[in-house]
Amino acid sequence: MRLSDTEVVDTFAEAFPMWGARIVMTAKSPAWAQEAARSLTGFATSVIGCKCEAGIERDLDPAETPDGRPGVSALLFANDREGLAKRLVERIGQSVLTCPTTACFNGLDGEETVNVGGQLRFFGDGYQASKVLDGRRYWRVPVMEGEFLIEERFAVAEGVAGGNIIILGRDAAGALRAAEAAAAAMRSLRDVILPFPGGIARSGSKVGSRYSGLIASTNESLCPTLRAQVPDTDVPPDVGSVLEIVIDGLTLEAVRDAMARGLEAAAGAGARQVTAGNYGGSLGPHHIDLRGLVPGLRDD
Amino acid sequence: MALTLTLREPPTVPLETEGLTPDRLAGLRRGEIEALTVWHGNRREQLADFFTVSGDGEEDLRVEGDLRRVKFLGAGMTAGRLIVAGDAGMHTGADLHGGELVVEGDAGDFAGTGMRGGRLVVRGSAGHQLGGAQPGERTGMRGGEILVHGDAGDQIGAGLRRGLIAVAGRVGAAAGLRMLAGTIVALGGLGAQPGAAMRRGTIVAMSKVILLPTFAFACSYRPSFLRLYLRHLRALGLPLTEGQIEGRYARWCGDGLELRRGEILILEAGP
Repeated sequence: MRLSDTEVVDTFAEAFPMWGARIVMTAKSPAWAQEAARSLTGFATSVIGCKCEAGIERDLDPAETPDGRPGVSALLFANDREGLAKRLVERIGQSVLTCPTTACFNGLDGEETVNVGGQLRFFGDGYQASKVLDGRRYWRVPVMEGEFLIEERFAVAEGVAGGNIIILGRDAAGALRAAEAAAAAMRSLRDVILPFPGGIARSGSKVGSRYSGLIASTNESLCPTLRAQVPDTDVPPDVGSVLEIVIDGLTLEAVRDAMARGLEAAAGAGARQVTAGNYGGSLGPHHIDLRGLVPGLRDD
Repeated sequence: MALTLTLREPPTVPLETEGLTPDRLAGLRRGEIEALTVWHGNRREQLADFFTVSGDGEEDLRVEGDLRRVKFLGAGMTAGRLIVAGDAGMHTGADLHGGELVVEGDAGDFAGTGMRGGRLVVRGSAGHQLGGAQPGERTGMRGGEILVHGDAGDQIGAGLRRGLIAVAGRVGAAAGLRMLAGTIVALGGLGAQPGAAMRRGTIVAMSKVILLPTFAFACSYRPSFLRLYLRHLRALGLPLTEGQIEGRYARWCGDGLELRRGEILILEAGP
């Protein structure tokens, strides 16, 4: 298949259910809200090594936040509900509670909730106080700067992780240019995050390794430097660099939309080829076909 | 047209209307409503002896007439909307559990006592013991919201355990007496001895307050939680300014004769 001058492989991305939450952080200034969000979402690229995946969703105007201050929303995903609750407590406790001027709120509607502020309140060592407003309980935790305010319960929902597109370029600069364009297009959407640095991963992995105990290792079939060494290479002769964008979202539709935006943007920025990663379809319940993803896609 | 009960003339002695709430009247035929019991002094009477019934709303209930001697309007209500078109007597909204009760005039003493949920809005002024404890009980309001657009009397929020009481005008003496938790916001001035014997909870004042000597100054700061409360109250129609929402508040902790876990937050002048 082709989109403009870009070859699009007739394949699919294989995505998995993961539990997600939306964290709204506010602060005295947009800069401090960003500091908290960057810290919260740091080292959260993959559940393989970080126990969760997280990213900044978007900046929030004061009119959009519960306390009328500048804010940032972030999404955090983990394999199960209990794991998600633990990661929320750990990360908000270490990254938002500690950050000057911040407050932290649940940003998701839903029946199912986990206790976050109700755990972090214990930092107050008995001096914490709660407030209930409009059916929601908040905890006021005294800190040296003043007071940290956090909502007690955060809604969690089953989302979709592992949506992806893989961008192949003629050289490293071309691949990066196309991937940057794709990531920028995807970041304009709500309900999704791109958990890797800048939204882009250069080290897509396969399951398992020749070394025992290693659950993931380099995806040699897409490594250009190994094209002459591996029998089943997927790197075309005129490709010199490959980058992957992984998408986690609150809904399958949001992930599919993000992949479509990314595909269009990558093609528009001169990607040589775009494909997607999967495990043959036997692992993940969500299969997102590249065919039919965008209207301009045509068969060769 | 909403289901409407119109009081024909003021009763000679107080009329008690406990149970005349939109949730209980929903689904009843007109004849059944007219046959409901009200207490006129110590006599059991029928509602039709005092009220004319009109309209047929399912959710809203409107009560009209000179209701200053009608007690317990909306008491025990759990859902729906009750509008009192004018002044209401004592115990209006007592034991309110849910829904919205709007008094378009003044409300008598003991309004919202023992409330557990829902919202009581008084467009005029409220009397003493607003949101306080029901007779014989120590604990006052346990949930919900009371908004008063005018003034309020003495001992509002006495024994308050949970919930929010906000008064746009002036509040009388001993607000938050023996309060256990919850929040009282006084936009138009706070009378003497606020928070006497309070254990926990918050009283917010927007002007100078004469405090009991058993309260101790902690610091001056901008409480994050208060922004939520004041923005919420502004959204509900109370006259909050940006200066009040963004302002610095002096935090006084007390009552020192109790736990000293309560606080009185007083807006400071200037940026």
